[in-house]
Amino acid sequence: MITSRISDWVESRVGGRSVIHAAMRKVFPDHWSFLLGEVAMYSFIVLVLTGVYLTFFFVPDAEQIVYQGSYNALNGIEMSRAYESTLRLSFDIDGGLLIRQMHHWAALVFVAAVFAHLLRIFFTGAFRRPREINWVIGLTMLLLAIVNGFAGYSLPDDLLSGTGLRIAYSIAESVPIVGTRLAGLAFGGAYPSAEIIPRLYTLHILLVPVLIGVLLSVHLALLVRQKHTQFSGPGRTASNVVGTRLWPGFAAKTVGLFFLVAATLALLAGLAQINPIWLYGPYHPAQVSAPAQPDWYMGWLEGALRLFPGWETRAFGFEIPNPFFPGVLLPGITFTALYLWPFLEARFVGDHEIHHLADRPSDRPWRTAIGIGVLAFYGILFIAGSNDILASRLHLSINAVTQTLRALLFITPIIAGYVAYRLTSERGRQKLKPRRVSVSQTSDGGFDTEE
Amino acid sequence: MRKPSAVGASFALGAAGGIGLIASGILNLSTQFLGVMLAIALTGIGVGLVVFAHQLRDGDATEERHEFQSEPPVETPVSDRARRSFLRGLTAALGALVIGLAGPLRSLGRDPTPALKSTSWESGMRLVNSDGHPIKAGEVTQGSVVTVFPEGHIGDAMAQALLIRVDPATLDPDRAGWAPDGHLVVSKVCTHAGCPVGLYEAQRNQLLCPCHQSTFDLTNGAKPVFGPAARPLPQLPVAIDDQGWLIATGDFPEPVGPGFWDRGR
Repeated sequence: MITSRISDWVESRVGGRSVIHAAMRKVFPDHWSFLLGEVAMYSFIVLVLTGVYLTFFFVPDAEQIVYQGSYNALNGIEMSRAYESTLRLSFDIDGGLLIRQMHHWAALVFVAAVFAHLLRIFFTGAFRRPREINWVIGLTMLLLAIVNGFAGYSLPDDLLSGTGLRIAYSIAESVPIVGTRLAGLAFGGAYPSAEIIPRLYTLHILLVPVLIGVLLSVHLALLVRQKHTQFSGPGRTASNVVGTRLWPGFAAKTVGLFFLVAATLALLAGLAQINPIWLYGPYHPAQVSAPAQPDWYMGWLEGALRLFPGWETRAFGFEIPNPFFPGVLLPGITFTALYLWPFLEARFVGDHEIHHLADRPSDRPWRTAIGIGVLAFYGILFIAGSNDILASRLHLSINAVTQTLRALLFITPIIAGYVAYRLTSERGRQKLKPRRVSVSQTSDGGFDTEE
Repeated sequence: MRKPSAVGASFALGAAGGIGLIASGILNLSTQFLGVMLAIALTGIGVGLVVFAHQLRDGDATEERHEFQSEPPVETPVSDRARRSFLRGLTAALGALVIGLAGPLRSLGRDPTPALKSTSWESGMRLVNSDGHPIKAGEVTQGSVVTVFPEGHIGDAMAQALLIRVDPATLDPDRAGWAPDGHLVVSKVCTHAGCPVGLYEAQRNQLLCPCHQSTFDLTNGAKPVFGPAARPLPQLPVAIDDQGWLIATGDFPEPVGPGFWDRGR
């Protein structure tokens, strides 16, 4: 066979067949929750493939031109080349709109899958020794994914994303002492600056994707080196991994998953319109669209900006402007706490042991309660990011909705955390009760249990 | 003939999707059709592979974990003193390099502070709307609002302002001369995060920022009454010239827009 001849050819020159064979024997646990990271990885691959296609048509240029194209509603309107090329890509390039929408959907799914993967790791304690490094790498990829998502949807220079950039400038400006310099350096001077679109483009298509690619490689290398965690069960102990071998079972399954992820994104791209920039119009600093919501993963920050009361700190002619607290301090605290969590937990619990068995959420009620409480907090912030839509849908005043959400922001986490604690500790107690279980050995040497 | 397998059927579906994709390319069909065909092509392959994987599995495979073992470190023939002086020298050289790079780094963007502290409004400049037409006193009726710019600076992001006709009795008596005949002009840049304060509620005489819902009361110095904004919208002093045009009598008395560290200096 041709494959074995190639294999022999390579083996006689480079060697290393045994490494390949060992890799092919790697065992992957079968639990569904282990798919989340794979979905993230495959969304990233779709992002790279569709993104490369988009670069052939998109022009990252803020130069103003007058539109003369096939979308009649905007004919004769002044707009940037970036916006114009996105229109052309959407209306005049065969398949362009599909690929553009697939790219945007893939970005939403990518961040969602990374986030879901993070939750799985958190609630099962899979971040504990020896996997702290992969927790830190994974979090960095989440941060980069959010940054790149924001950079990406800002590129078309439409009214919605342009307003987002205006807010980003204000947040940069709000940093004490160095804020104005920082904003000037990042955006290329005073607002509005023509520099920002080409800069975001370089970040979006080169720097951040390469960083994610490198971190992803290290993430996977560590995963192979340290092997997967697994839930305990018959035959599944801290000293082994039970599941499907890479070759051929897991390979077929995971490549199949890639195609299914891509298929889902293609279906969304074909049927569910996303970011119709021609409806928002080109960016103009004196105009604004309402209601205006960012992509979902920015929703918590948007909500924080909306809920934070009208406070500013002023003394001796210096001030810490309002957006600093929800726009810089909150995400700073959020990610610092996430980065430190494995080390803080080990310290507070006094558990510095090596763990290869994943917890069930009921094994650690306090951790589950903290996780659920924190999720509730960010959930309320996320909802607050659409407080204007909520108010108009419910026929309430925006003030009433905002005040209610401000109160819920502190009440909900406590209630959610308490309920989670009660439910999980109750379940944990039930599990501790002795059960009658009969264990029998199966023909292939595994074990079956029966209650 | 052999019964078609689930895997085979799935791959056939994928191939059909692929043919549909080719057809939609040739026939120039809609994005929807293209998306569905692409999804079918991919689903066919994906399902085929997953079903195939399921058929392959014969029981769970097990792999043992092993402890990591590393070679002992190579002993370095360098004395502590030599190492310290080496590290000190290296740190100094790298530090100088980083400081030297501050030059090119600074070229990334100038300090925007001057642009934050004043706008292009100057005394005597006429107020124009977004089409460039100057505005006559009385042209704007009570309850309506116009976005205005300094003449020659249409679209200026920091100078943009709102002209609202209000009841002169509601205005701050200290600034009686600033809004002749109730022609009140305030900055359109929100003092929270810089969005254009785009919504005007005539009944309550309030301006609302659509981004984060900061609300400003025009009957009370454009002070924030709700939302995250902490400062009023700065007021532009205007007058009516002898031909009846609205003109500015100076720049805003304070920096417009969102706050920054040394705004008050």
